[in-house]
Formats: sequence, structure tokens, C-alpha cells
Amino acid sequence: MSENTTPAAAPTAAPKGKKRLELDPRLAAYQGIWVFVEMERGHVHPVSWELMGEGRKLANILGVELGAVVLGGSGVDTQMASAAAFTYGADVAYVVCDALLTEYRNEPYTKAMTDLVNRHQPEILLLGATTLGRDLAGSVATTLLTGLTADCTDLAIDPDNRGLLATRPTFGGSLLCTIQTLNYRPQMATIRPRVMSMPTAEPGRIGRMVTESLNMVENDIIAKVLEFIPDEAQEQAQLAYADIIVAGGRGMGKAENFRHIWDLAAVLGAEVGGSRPVTHAGWLTADRQIGQSGKTVRPKLYIAAGISGAIQHRVGMEGADVVIAINNDPNAPIFDFATYGIVGDAVHILPALTEAFRSRLVVNRRAG
Amino acid sequence: MAEKFDAIVVGAGPAGNAAAYTLAKAGLNILQLERGETPGTKNVQGAILYADALERMIPDFRDDAPLERHIIEQRMWILDDRSFIGTNYRSDDFNSERPNRYTILRAPFDKWFSSKVKAVGGLVICETTVTELIKEGNKVIGVRTDRLGDDIYADVVILADGVNSLLATKSGFHKEIEAQNVALAVKEIHFMPQEVVESRFNIKGDEGVVIEIAGTVTHGMVGTAFLYTNKESITLGIGCMVSDFKNGNITPYAMLEELKAHPAIAPLLEGGEMKEYAAHLIPEGGYKAVPQLFGEGWMLVGDSAGLVNAVHREGSNLAMTSGRLAAETVITLKAAGLPCSAANLTRYKAAMDESFVMKDLRKYRELPGILHNNPHFFSVYPELLNRAAHTMLIVDGEDKHSKEKAIRKSFVQRRSLWGLMGDAYRMWRATR
Amino acid sequence: MHIVVCIKQVPDSAQIRVHPVTNTIMRQGVPAIINPFDLFAIEEALRLKDRMGGKVTVITMGPPQAEDALRKAIAFGVDDVVLLTDRAFAGADTLATSFALAQAIRTIGAENPVDLVFTGKQTIDGDTAQVGPGIAKRMGLQLLTYVAAIDEVDLEQRSITVQRRSEGGVQVIRTQLPALITMLEGTNQIRFATMENMFRSARYVVPQWNKDRAGIEDASKIGLKGSPTVVSKVFAPKPKAIKAQMIDVSQGPKATAAALIDTLTSKSARLANELGLVAY
Ligand SMILES: Cc1cc2nc3c(=O)[nH]c(=O)nc-3n(C[C@H](O)[C@H](O)[C@H](O)COP(=O)(O)OP(=O)(O)OC[C@H]3O[C@@H](n4cnc5c(N)ncnc54)[C@H](O)[C@@H]3O)c2cc1C
Ligand SMILES: Cc1cc2nc3c(=O)[nH]c(=O)nc-3n(C[C@H](O)[C@H](O)[C@H](O)COP(=O)(O)OP(=O)(O)OC[C@H]3O[C@@H](n4cnc5c(N)ncnc54)[C@H](O)[C@@H]3O)c2cc1C
Ligand SMILES: Nc1ncnc2c1ncn2[C@@H]1O[C@H](COP(=O)(O)O)[C@@H](O)[C@H]1O
Repeated sequence: MSENTTPAAAPTAAPKGKKRLELDPRLAAYQGIWVFVEMERGHVHPVSWELMGEGRKLANILGVELGAVVLGGSGVDTQMASAAAFTYGADVAYVVCDALLTEYRNEPYTKAMTDLVNRHQPEILLLGATTLGRDLAGSVATTLLTGLTADCTDLAIDPDNRGLLATRPTFGGSLLCTIQTLNYRPQMATIRPRVMSMPTAEPGRIGRMVTESLNMVENDIIAKVLEFIPDEAQEQAQLAYADIIVAGGRGMGKAENFRHIWDLAAVLGAEVGGSRPVTHAGWLTADRQIGQSGKTVRPKLYIAAGISGAIQHRVGMEGADVVIAINNDPNAPIFDFATYGIVGDAVHILPALTEAFRSRLVVNRRAG
Repeated sequence: MAEKFDAIVVGAGPAGNAAAYTLAKAGLNILQLERGETPGTKNVQGAILYADALERMIPDFRDDAPLERHIIEQRMWILDDRSFIGTNYRSDDFNSERPNRYTILRAPFDKWFSSKVKAVGGLVICETTVTELIKEGNKVIGVRTDRLGDDIYADVVILADGVNSLLATKSGFHKEIEAQNVALAVKEIHFMPQEVVESRFNIKGDEGVVIEIAGTVTHGMVGTAFLYTNKESITLGIGCMVSDFKNGNITPYAMLEELKAHPAIAPLLEGGEMKEYAAHLIPEGGYKAVPQLFGEGWMLVGDSAGLVNAVHREGSNLAMTSGRLAAETVITLKAAGLPCSAANLTRYKAAMDESFVMKDLRKYRELPGILHNNPHFFSVYPELLNRAAHTMLIVDGEDKHSKEKAIRKSFVQRRSLWGLMGDAYRMWRATR
Repeated sequence: MHIVVCIKQVPDSAQIRVHPVTNTIMRQGVPAIINPFDLFAIEEALRLKDRMGGKVTVITMGPPQAEDALRKAIAFGVDDVVLLTDRAFAGADTLATSFALAQAIRTIGAENPVDLVFTGKQTIDGDTAQVGPGIAKRMGLQLLTYVAAIDEVDLEQRSITVQRRSEGGVQVIRTQLPALITMLEGTNQIRFATMENMFRSARYVVPQWNKDRAGIEDASKIGLKGSPTVVSKVFAPKPKAIKAQMIDVSQGPKATAAALIDTLTSKSARLANELGLVAY
């Protein structure tokens, strides 16, 4: 990689005081909203569809096309992904299919993406804030010399200048800030999984396909993937997409008390999560941390035991439909946003809750 | 390669900083060790800074020290469960060029003081705990820390490690501090916008208010509470003797909660965000509990020597003064080419006896005992006083003379006439 | 081997308060710390040095106070530090930050060629995870993000093999030096500094580089001028209006549990249905 890739936009005069600037005419050519369809080993990360739903709304506001960027190693995969993208709202799929794109590697993916952008010039490019998405977004933005707003929680269009208003938490979630990319295109943003809701697919909806080639050979790529060790083999928690989560905090007192959490989770068929102090103390593995520096979750039911509800935890779980909080402090902040509150010692309440659920669930969810 | 210094100062509170600053400024090669992440992180204090002790070392400290507010008003409140009776003293004279008392936050203040130590050439190392004093015979020759590495040597070690000095006890300089000689204080800092602080206390600019509080909140235990205004926060704390807590049925934390809920206090804190809770010991044994202050190659300064004037809630100024005097002793000895032997370090004790530190402590030497043995000061009196005020203020058709009589009667009923007179006499004796 | 580690000094966001009226950050008394994620990068660099010899240089771009963070790095045992500080850097977003850092690292490398650059996974204030990839692209380094372990560095072959976390698994990747690694958290534990290094740190004079010393000629690429993104609004999250419905706990845990389930079946019927809860 070198710096002489055609810049997407040369910076014009810095905005002085006045926020609303006439867009550089060269940049006005940038049109349409793109969503990167993140695919690994034939599997599309659901965040891509969450973003497609969001992208659809923005495209409608702007009256422009919604494009899906589909990069992959096999025709079957890219075909399937494109078809799916159409059902979730894409008008057009920009496809690069090349064996070199089979596994994610930064170099070929960055090249594929920047080439597409330079040729077709979208005004907005959205990616999931996954490990892959962040790796790619950072590289693409630097290569294109444009702005990138990471980890957004809300996207909107500025009615005055048709620019993207990307809102994200700042200072540990205590505040939100809205960021604009003024005289640069495309405007890039990453959004975490589960922040946007999943749109419903429209079966039978179709769109256009634009296919480009990668123009790269294996020898151009320095990095080689020697091996891939999938998580299933390592029992990684699948928290982000769990329907039910039982989470424990420092208020559980000690590691042994977490068996009450696991017991309840077993009866409910739930995943287990926790707050940061808990993963730091080693009561749970780090991948089970929920919150700003952990995972964002959006379950139907979230049971929080001994969790105070600090803002950094809250931002990771407030998308839950129903939150049940158990805390012995009636003034704990979690009661400000939980659906149901129980003031009491979690160590006593949890076993009772486990028993009650066991006897009143039609089927034992784990077994059934 | 083992390091060797003219002096090692353990601790970077007011006492240690005063000592290290004075030594380094005189050109001595000194090392100061502090276990906290930065100076001040482990320190807990109300806190009032008395300018004088600091001014003697750093005359222009007002230029850049992180001072919160200078105090223009002092209130004394005596609470019973639902009311308080009190006095105010407020004066524009306190708005002078060089105010005498300030509220401070210890963390930024100690950090600032420490930056001054560095500026005059002191070597300051934080996050390092001194675990042991190295002795040769009965002479202290250096220290050992919790970090991997060589021992560190010095001609003299000044212990400014605060109340409950483990090093001093471990080294046999004094016995473990006794429960009746030490108070446990808890405090919280409640943050709120500057405008709120100012309108609640009727102050502007850098003006500040102090409220000293006593009464039934301490459940009859010997203790007091305090409230200080900072720039954009309020410090609230309460403390009682550890020996009382041991027998008592209330925890310090619960006591603070009760204080916060008191109808006189709650409105002052309303809407604030509690950001800092801390508990700390205060040596309040007074004059009689002050241990031996020096020995072969070592000196005690500040809280580690029990130098707190509980009656006037002074500590940091005694700490700074003792730190400075200890340092000056070393400087004199160095200049004369004399070793820091116990015999030579008696000069430190002599300087202390000459200073306000020991004189003030001596003046109040009987007070701790009296308060301890007369718990009614903290239970019966607050109630009686409040009820008296209440009785006088209610206009209900009863004549004032009868009211006064009733009040007098209530006092005598709860506490015999002899008792009342005895109390008055003892207090006068103890504070004379 | 010469390793450069990028660290940032950040306010300890656990202790940040927001002014309830003006919604501005109240920084008073908020301690500044080394971005916690960067400690993993420092430690990994030191471990590589322990293993293979060489030198570790730590760099930060920030205000003069950021010197404290560098001094701390010295205490952990790094060989050298550089503080990149200049008014011209103020207001930088990730693109401008990575430009400045890349240029400074090039200048460092002119004297002693750099084999590896480390950054943390992300900062706790900016929280973007973009500066690392940005530096890599600017400098043409091989980019290895989310590295959980370094399996092998072969200086003869100029190759490096790492395990990197990707969605759904771990990739074992081999690539060529020079490379940039963003280190995953929890992968190691920062060492406890020795007394000797504490002394070194206390006496260390931190070199300060302005933009010229860092070799930056084009001032339009740094600071506010070089930043495509602008913050147009800062505001506090809206508090949720409805507080939790409290379940009666006066009758003991068993009754509480039963009361909760009753409430679920009546008030959150859809959820209860999906769970398969029986209403009594
Ligand atoms: C940059 C940054 C990122 C962060 N990221 C995250 C993150 O991703 N996720 C996260 O969770 N945190 C995160 N934090 C930490 C966060 O600020 C809080 O410190 C943390 O969430 C608190 O965890 P907790 O609620 O388990 O513990 P505490 O705040 O200690 O709360 C424990 C609670 O348990 C209650 N309790 C005590 N005993 C009992 C009992 N017997 N029964 C019932 N209740 C009891 C107490 O009343 C209290 O409310 C982050 C902080 C920072 C600065
Ligand atoms: C709640 C409260 C309110 C108070 N209010 C006031 C007030 O309003 N005005 C006033 O003047 N005084 C007040 N005081 C008293 C005052 O705080 C103390 O008298 C003063 O801090 C003593 O200073 P020092 O330097 O001796 O000890 P400290 O301030 O306690 O400093 C000791 C230092 O040594 C360090 N240390 C301890 N052991 C080791 C070791 N082994 N190795 C390395 N470092 C070590 C500690 O981390 C600490 O930083 C108050 C005290 C309390 C608790
Ligand atoms: N100002 C800076 N100086 C040095 N390194 C930085 C700076 N900002 C960010 N970094 C590095 O880049 C990483 C990612 O930062 P961010 O993109 O802000 O999340 C951090 O963990 C640091 O290692």
C-alpha cells in the first residue's frame, strides 16, 4: 500500500466558523448509500442486514440508491449474499468475486473496497463495527483520505446539506456527540452489531448487480492465513444474538455465587453475561462482558443481578425488550431503566427465581 | 548499584512534602517515596488548608496552588434529630489579599505540592511502598520497598507515612495506636455546578463556607461532622472515636447516611452527584499520645507522630510545620557536618516544643479524656439546646418567663445541677 | 529489533462527570491515565524485547502533561520515549492523528529502522480503533489488528506469525516486517516496575518534539485542518422516562419470584408467551 492512491477528495479550505459549506463540485458526483455486506466463509454477519435496514431509511430520505458491497471468494457465496441484500432493501449490489477474497485479509479487501469507491463514488459508506469491519474501515478511510466515525448509535441526514449526521457515545458513554464529515466523500461510519434493529426481509425483492474484478494476484498479497480456528471449538459465548441473557455483577459477591446465575440460565436456555468488574475478576471469561468495552446485546429478556447499571454497562444492554433487575440497593441506577425491579439479595432471589421458572415453564427450554 | 541519599522521606502528604521540599530546596540529595499512584490519591481530608504553615515555605503559593475557596463564613450547628441550633460568623475581612483559610481537595493539592518538591530538585517516586526500615544495630540506615531491586540508603529517614504508621510500629518506635486515641472519619464529595454551590451558600467568586456540626447524629459518641464548600462540590464528613465504634451499634457509613438525610443537611446536597467516598483514621489522642519523635537516624512527622489538634480540626498545618522543622534540623546538622544521631536530633524535639504545634496540643491535653468520659456532651446537650430554642420561638400564649423556667428545668432534669456545673468547669479547664 | 509503541494519555472516564445543565465535561480532578488498552501493547513489546533483544521506543501525541504517561512507560522498562506536542496538532481526528504519528515514527526510524509498531486496540476516550490501521496505511506497514498472541518473529526471514481475533474465530496469519500490531486486551499483564526503572523514570528527561522535529512539513494534514470530521453537537443521553415497576418483596424470595412471573405473564404477555410461561 502506498499513499499515492487517488484520494477520494482533496481537502478544500478548512471550514471557518460557518458549518454549512457549499460542497466541492467534485464531491457532488458522489451519490448513493453503500452498506458493506460482511461475509466470512459463506456466512453473512447479521450486522450487515441491520445496517441495510438503516441504509434503506437514509436512502429514502436522500432519494438515492442503496448499494450493497459484496466481496467474496466464490460465485455461489456472492450470488447468495447479493440476493439476500436485495431482500433487505438494496437496489444494487457491487460485487467483487475473487478467490483471493475467500478469507478476510486486509490488503485485498482494502483494495477491492477502495477501487469500488473510486469508480462508483458513493456519498455514504456504512460498515459493521466488528473486528473485520473496523479493520477494513480504518484502512479504507486512510487510503481514501476521508473521515470515519466509529461505533455510531444513530444515523440521520442533515436536512440543510444532505450530509450524514453520525451520533456516537463519547467519554465512556456519559455523553453523545454528533459528527459530520464536511468536505470529504464518502462519509464513512461503523455501527455495532445489535445497535440497529433487524429489518424484515422482503422475499422476492430483486436488484441490479454490478461486477468488478480485483486485479490482484496472490503474489501481491504479503499476509498469508495459515490457519483458522473457529470459535465453536473454543466455546465462545454467542452473547450478541442471544434471546435471553442472565447477567451478574459485582453485587454477586464472589465467583462461587455465579452458579446461581448459571442455574437460572440453564432453566431459561439463556446465555450468561456480566459487568466489567466481574470479567476483570475472572468470575466470567472476558468474552462475556456486556457494555461499552464489551458486547452490545439486544435480547428479549435481560436479567441483571447485582449490577448497578453504570452508563458503560447500560449502553450495552438497553436495547433489551424486557429488563429484570435484582439489586439490594433501592436507589441503584439500574432501576431507572429496568422494566421490573426486585430489591433484595440476589443470592437469595436467584434460586427462588430458578425454581419458579422451572415449575412454570411449559417445557424446559434447554431440554426442549 | 545501590542508591544513597542524604535523606529519605516516606510519604507525600503535607508532612512529607513539607520535609522533602525544605530539604531539596536547601540542596540536599533526597528521595521521597509514596505508595499512592500520585501524591494525594491515598489521602483523605475535609479539607481546610491553613495558609500560614505553607506560606512559611512557599510564600507565593496562592499564585498556582489548586485552592478551592477561601473561607469567609463559619457556622457551628448543633443538631438533634430534626432541628439544629447554631451560630454564624461571616466577615468581609476574610476577603483579604492573603486569606488565612482555604478549602482544598487533597488530590490536586498534594500533587501540586509534590510538583514543587520536584521543581526544587527532589526525587519523587510514587506507586512504591516502603515495606521495611533497614537498621544497623539500632540505627536506621535505609529502606526496603515492595519493588524488586536493591536496598536504598540514607543518612536519615523521615517517616511521614500518616496515621497508623506501620513502619514505626514495625520498627518498634511506638506501640500500635490505641482505639481511644484515634477517630475514624468518613467523608463524601458531592459534585454540583458552581452556580448551585454559590447560590445555596450565598457566596460568590472564590468565597467559601464551613459548617462544623455536632449533635445527636453521633449517637452519643465523641465526634463531630463537617461540611465544606469547594468550587463545584461539597465535602461532607463525620468522625467518631474508633473505640466508640467498637462498642457502638452504628457503622460510620450509616452515620453519614443519617447525616445526609438530616433536614438541615439534605437540601444542601440535593441534586449533587456523589463521586468520592473515603474513610480515614485521624490520630486524636492529643498531647498525651504523642510518641517519641526521633531516634538514631529517624524522625516522625505529621500524623505518624499523632500531631492533630482535634478541637480546632487542625492537622495538615501541624503536619507541614513538623515536616519543615524536621527538615531544618537535618539541614543544620548537615551544614555542621554532624551525623543524624538521636543525640543530635533532639534539636527537632526542641524546635517542636517551641512551636505552636506542641504548645497547642499541650493546651488541650485533658480534653480527649473529658469528652470520652462525658458522652452527654454529644447526646443530651444537643437535644436540650434544640428544644430550648424551639420552646422560645413558638408563640403560643405562654409567657416567656415560664418558658425559661421550663427550659432550665429540662436541663436540670436531664443532667443534675452539679453535673451541669461540673461539665462547664471541666470544659473550661480543658480548653483554658 | 526496534519496536515503537503508540500510547495515549486519556482521562479516566470512570471518573468523568457531566455538568447537568450545560452538558459539558467536568474534568476537574479527573486523573489522566495511560489508555488501559495500550498497556497490553507496551507489555507485549517488552516481552518481544526480552525474547529477542533490541529496543522499545514509546511515542505519544498530546499536551505537555502527557509526559507523565511516557515517564510511566520508562518505569515499565522501555528504552526511549518521544512526546509529540505542538499547538498545531490540536483538534486532530483519527486521520490527522495517524498522519502525525506516522510521520514521527518515520523520523524515529530514520535513525534506527523500525521493525514493528504497536498500538492498543482502541482508546477509551476516542474509542475508534482507527489510529492503528491509519498509521499502518500511511506508512505502508502490514496491518495486524486484534492480535491475541505473537507466535513467532523471524528477523532473518523478516516474517512474523500472529493469532488475530476475527469474527467467529482466530486467524493464524504470517506476514512480513515491518508491520503494525493492534494488541487485544487481556492478552498479558503489565509488569511491576523494578526499583531501578523507577529511579530511571524519575530522572528521565522526556524529549519533546514539535511538528518540525517530527518531520512534518505539510501543516494542512495535521490538527484541525487535517481532520475531515467535525463534532457538530455534544449532548447527554436522554434518560428513560419510565422507572422500573417494583415487585413486592415483603413476603420472601419464593413469593417474590412468583409475583415476578405473574407480572410477566400479565404485563409482558408476548415475552411470557415466547418463553412458554404458564399463567396461573
Ligand atoms: C472506559 C470504560 C469502559 C467500561 N466498560 C464497561 C463495560 O463494557 N461493561 C461494564 O459492565 N462496565 C464497564 N465499565 C465499568 C462501569 O463503569 C462500572 O464500573 C461497572 O459496570 C460496574 O459493575 P457492577 O454493576 O457489576 O458493579 P458495582 O457498580 O459495584 O455494583 C454492584 C451492585 O450490586 C448491588 N449489590 C451488592 N450486593 C448485592 C446483593 N447481595 N444482591 C443484589 N445486589 C447487590 C449493589 O447495590 C450495586 O448496585 C467501564 C468503565 C470505563 C471507565
Ligand atoms: C476526614 C478528615 C478531615 C480532616 N480535615 C482536616 C482539615 O480540615 N484541616 C486540616 O488541617 N487537617 C484535617 N485533617 C487532618 C489531616 O488530613 C492530616 O493531619 C494530614 O493529612 C497529615 O499529613 P501527613 O502528611 O502526616 O499524613 P498523610 O496525609 O496521611 O500522608 C501520608 C502519606 O504517606 C503515604 N504512605 C503511607 N505509608 C507508606 C509507605 N509505607 N510507603 C510509602 N508511602 C506511604 C500515604 O500514601 C500518604 O500519601 C483531616 C483528616 C481527615 C481524615
Ligand atoms: N494521540 C495519540 N498518541 C499516540 N498514540 C495514539 C494516539 N491516539 C491513539 N493512539 C493509538 O491508537 C490506538 C487506537 O486509538 P483510537 O483510534 O483513538 O481508538 C490507541 O490504543 C493508541 O495506541
